[in-house]
Parts: sequence; structure tokens; C-alpha cells
Amino acid sequence: MTHNNVSLENGTEKFWSLHLDTFSMSLFLGFIFLFIFIRVAKKAKIENPGKFQLFIELIIDMVDSHVKDIYHYNKKSRLIVPLALTIFCWIFLMNLMDLLPVDLINFVNHRVGIPEAKWRIVASADVNATFAMSISVLFLIIFYSIKAKGFGGWIKELFSAPFGIAFAPINFIFQILELVAKPISLALRLFGNMYAGELIFILIALLPWSVQWLLGVPWAIFHILIITLQAYVFMVLTIVYLSLATESH
Amino acid sequence: MEINVTIIGQIITFVILVLFTMKFVWPPLNKMLEERAKKIADGLAAAEKGKQELLNAESKVAEELKHVQLRATEIMSNAEKRANQIVTEAKDNATKEGNKILEDAKLQIEQEFMRAKEELRLKVATLVISGAEQILKAEINKERHELILANLKAEL
Repeated sequence: MTHNNVSLENGTEKFWSLHLDTFSMSLFLGFIFLFIFIRVAKKAKIENPGKFQLFIELIIDMVDSHVKDIYHYNKKSRLIVPLALTIFCWIFLMNLMDLLPVDLINFVNHRVGIPEAKWRIVASADVNATFAMSISVLFLIIFYSIKAKGFGGWIKELFSAPFGIAFAPINFIFQILELVAKPISLALRLFGNMYAGELIFILIALLPWSVQWLLGVPWAIFHILIITLQAYVFMVLTIVYLSLATESH
Repeated sequence: MEINVTIIGQIITFVILVLFTMKFVWPPLNKMLEERAKKIADGLAAAEKGKQELLNAESKVAEELKHVQLRATEIMSNAEKRANQIVTEAKDNATKEGNKILEDAKLQIEQEFMRAKEELRLKVATLVISGAEQILKAEINKERHELILANLKAEL
């Protein structure tokens, strides 16, 4: 379970190494998402939509109705729905890679002739991928707080809520904890689920081949639920956090 | 679990994906869905309007029908009245004509009767004269008798 590392700088500084597997897989899946959705969006027909268009519309409608239910600050926001849609589809596709056989990549590596390459195919089982999204969401939370309350209002709320201005230091600590806990919980929940799921698949793969299906099939079926649920939870919590950011305490 | 420069690459990828979705995915699909919703709403409104118009037309037709029926009854009663009038007129005319014909016939009969009476009187007179002539031929002078007879004739 080690990554395919590419060092961007000379030297051995750990920070400047790139997980090429995570980066390229997520980029590839992101482009697949964009390719499919842009193609459907361009060819979308008002009347007699095809089955695939209806499927895409189903996803769009699901995301849109959640945003309409949860997010009330700016009904005409041009960011929230695309953001939620991107999060849901991208995470779902990254999670979906979990269902590919764990030995497939090693098999391909051996065939191609680079058996030493460690290629992790599930990008969302890398904290860098999950924290990248949750930290982007954190920035958006701060941005929307300031947009809704003004910079002064936001700073004031950091010190005055929830106990009143008399307890300013305690309030500030609470607020910062709350703010920091959001991206951490978002990122670690997704990472933990995917990492553990992948780990269990690897453990199952260590069993004798004749009994692998006994555990592998139920776990894979269960995992279909997990990967959708995790993508859904990340999307809904993002909308909830952004909605909370615009409401004053 | 190590945080490294990958996170920056992931953030850039994420931002690009969101921007593309904002620009090329959501607006056209949203517009299309809104247009479809509007179209459906318009269709439903048009159907509702059509229904209302049908109802209006139906009530109008019923009203018109009632009106027409009324008019038909009126025309029928008028026609009946007129027919009665014509029949009465014809009857009157016929009675009048009949009376006239009857009157004429009576008149003619009377005239005929008078003429026949005259003729008969003449004939009877001649006959009486000839009878009396034959009776009296032998005994009395002709001129005297003739005078008497003429007087008689005048009396007849």
C-alpha cells in the first residue's frame, strides 16, 4: 500500500513528492466526468430525451433538489449546484475504482514490465485527494461567511457566538475548532471508508482462491452501497456547511 | 497517510473541474430543464384553457339550441294560425261563392219560369182562342167574340 512517488525537486524533502497514481487517476476520472456531462449537456433535448440523458438528468435533479432543500442563502447561486455535482460524481468515480480487482493493476504492471511500480488505483483512499476537496470546501465556507455577513460580521461572530462577547476567547476557540473540524471530518470519513474498503479487498485477495468469492462477493456488493453513500454524504455535508456558513448564529 | 504536494495538484484539479461544470455542464442542462418545465406548464395551462373554452362553447350551444327551439315553436304556432286563417277565409269565400251561385241559379230558374209561363200563357191563349173559335165558329159573329176573347186574354 505504498504510492507511486515522483519527486518534483532534487533532494529528499518529503513534501515535494507527488503521488502520481492519485493525481493521474483523479485527473483521468475527472475528465471522464466532464466529458460525459458536457456531451450530454450539449446534446440535451427538451423533448424525447434519450435514456442516457434521462439518467444524467436524474443525477442533476437529485443534486439540484438537495441544494434547493438545504441551501437558502442565494437561490440563484451559480456555484453551489455545480460544486455539489462535481463533488458527487468525482468522488463516486474515484470510489468506483475500488471495485476493480486489486491484483489487476499489479498484473498489468508485470505485463508491461515494471513490476516494481506501486500503483494505487483508488484516488479517494489517499488523504491528499480527500483533503484537497475538503480544504477547498473550507475556503468556500469562509468565503461565503464573509459574503453573507461581511468581513467584520464574520470576525465578530467568531468571538461573540455562541456564548456572547463576554466569553470571547472561549467562543473563538469553539468557532475555530468547529471550522477546522468540518474539513477534517469530511476528508477523514471518505479516506477512512475507502482505505479500509481497499484494505479488506487486499486481505480477501490473500485468501486461497477457492474461498475468495465467499467474502469477496458480499463485500463488493456492500461496497457498491458504501461508495455511493460516501459520495452522497460528502456532497450533502458540503451543501449543509455552506448553508450554515451563510446563516448567522 | 502523508500530506505532500499531491494535495495542491488535487486542489487545482478540483477547481478546474468545478469551473468547467459551472460553465459547460450546469447552465445548459439547467436551462433545458427549466424550458421543459415551462413547456409542460404552458401545455397544462393551454389544456385547462381549452377545457374552459369547450365548456363555454357547450353552454353557448345549449343556449342557442334553446333559443332555436323557442323560435321554432313560435314559427310553428304562427304557421298554424295562418293556416287556420287561410282555411277560414277559404270557407268564407266558398260559402259566399256558393250562395252567389245559388242566387244566380234561383234567378235563372225564375226567369226560365217566367218565360215558360209567358210561353204557356200564349199557348193556352192561342189554344183557348182556337178552342173557342172552333166552338163559336158556327154560331156567333166572329168580331164580337174576338173582342171578348181579347178582353179575356188581357185578363189572363
